[in-house]
Amino acid sequence: MMRYLLTLFAVLACWALPVAAQDDDGPLRIEITEGVIEPLPVAVPDFVAESADGAEMGRKIAEVIAADLSGTGLFRTISEEAFISQITSFASPVQFSDWKAINAQALVTGAVSVDDTGKLVVRFRLFDVFAGEELGKGLQLVGTQAGWRRIAHKVADQVYSRITGEDPYFDSRVVFVAETGPKDKRRKRLAVMDYDGANVQYLTDGTDIVLAPRFSPGGERVLYTSYETGFPRIYVMDVGSVQRRVLESQEGTMSFAPRFGPDGRTVVYSLARGGNTDIYRMDIETGATTRLTSAPSIETAPSFSPDGGRLVFESDRSGSPQLYVMPARGGEAERISFGQGRYGTPVWSPRGDLIAFTKQSKGRFHIGVMRTDGSEERLLTASFLDEGPTWSPNGRVIMFTRETQGAQGQAGLYTVDITGRNLRQVPTDTGASDPSWSPLLD
Amino acid sequence: MTYLSKTMILCAGLALAACAGPDRFGGPGAGGGALGGADASAAATRDPASPLYFEEAVGDRVFFAVDQSSLSPEAKATLDAQAEWLMTNSDYDAVIEGHADEQGTREYNLALGARRANAVQEYLQSRGVAGSRLKVVSYGKERPVEICSNESCYAKNRRAVTVISAGPMS
Repeated sequence: MMRYLLTLFAVLACWALPVAAQDDDGPLRIEITEGVIEPLPVAVPDFVAESADGAEMGRKIAEVIAADLSGTGLFRTISEEAFISQITSFASPVQFSDWKAINAQALVTGAVSVDDTGKLVVRFRLFDVFAGEELGKGLQLVGTQAGWRRIAHKVADQVYSRITGEDPYFDSRVVFVAETGPKDKRRKRLAVMDYDGANVQYLTDGTDIVLAPRFSPGGERVLYTSYETGFPRIYVMDVGSVQRRVLESQEGTMSFAPRFGPDGRTVVYSLARGGNTDIYRMDIETGATTRLTSAPSIETAPSFSPDGGRLVFESDRSGSPQLYVMPARGGEAERISFGQGRYGTPVWSPRGDLIAFTKQSKGRFHIGVMRTDGSEERLLTASFLDEGPTWSPNGRVIMFTRETQGAQGQAGLYTVDITGRNLRQVPTDTGASDPSWSPLLD
Repeated sequence: MTYLSKTMILCAGLALAACAGPDRFGGPGAGGGALGGADASAAATRDPASPLYFEEAVGDRVFFAVDQSSLSPEAKATLDAQAEWLMTNSDYDAVIEGHADEQGTREYNLALGARRANAVQEYLQSRGVAGSRLKVVSYGKERPVEICSNESCYAKNRRAVTVISAGPMS
């Protein structure tokens, strides 16, 4: 279904000698398009310890980088047993022939040390083995020792970007709902974790049902729905301090499905009153609200276009749930989904080009994508229950909830490439649902 | 809210049981409640003014077809009895919980549960129950009573449950 081309471009890297422009020894490059070819073989030897306590850190950082790269499905990491050369010094020249012999097309080398102030210092280089040269400049990253995984993700982000030409996504977090207990007494807690499932932190204690958290555009706050008053209401929480406040508390109403606009202060959400659910918009600084739809049908799950100009949402005004697009301040809505089945939870891609959605058809659930006018619909997954897509910061990967069937059914988080390849479960200690992917961290 | 309502029902049961045997149920401990559960339940079911009687004898819930919020004749009959009970027992209020089965997205099911709860609220009001005594809440697909993944369970989960709570005067 997907093909990716390893092409050697005749591009001169900034540090390269101005040799013939037609030279085949240009930078290594993967172009991500439809179709499949073999993943690009990459070697990530342990980073060299340059201070006494760096050895274990050097190994762990290399492991995280390798896991990030191979997790994309675009790279295949070569196991250490195959290595002919060992990288024992970051400064020594690379023996390209040794890496060519094991068909490592890319090589990541690095060094780890702890400086006088206790900071972790990581340096790395990326090599195009067959061209026999460095790809991009070597970089040095400095951070806390506790934050070593973030540094590893940043290195992997550099490698991914330099080889694919795409924006990266490894140094990012996911807010989600951690689930424990049986289906009819499920305990739900808000939690955040690294995109790969590491470093889970809980934000609520599980006393009240919580649903569908959504990151702010800066990643420092989350919107979510909680039953702490006995009724579903939307809240905003500061992730660092875990301080929260209710946003909508009109007597006799329920509010849910909140989502931030790109300005970080406009929020759209659903409000149910008298059995009818419509979409509202709120300025969370002033609390001023505007009603955006006023149909007797269900209007819910609004999501902004990245420029803030439009909203995609779900409505059953035609008789079954379908997707519609309207101006972000309300107005005429245009239906964009016309396929067989029921459509829900539309989410605009951060690139602006696609809308991801949940589709229910013939007793199965799918995650799919379509263009913003509804054309070129493609289903990426199929299962008993898939729902609630969220986009990676670069718009290449979708994370979603998959729930298994039956009395013992459990929810888990999965990722899939927008080409439909590389379906993977995100490791979580508990059941997990309703993921929302943060932007790339600073 | 659900927890609170259940606590209310349990307390009401205990209070009734306490009338029958004040010495046995003098203390508010959880152990006493568990011990007295069966007796209290039986006593409460016999008392037509008890929330437990409402739950078990009147029938606290109605069911819906897939994706629907319209009331069947059977549902209306149950709600007629609920309305009568609520009119007779005006010390109590009620919270109507709307629920959906697991087929459907979380957001849509919340909205669907709201529709179902509202349909019950409107019907009870049309039968004379004051709107001020009725609140609605939707749980969407968050609180199934049956957990299998086929229609036999789904049919029981597509429901609206009238949960009796103490009124403002009691």
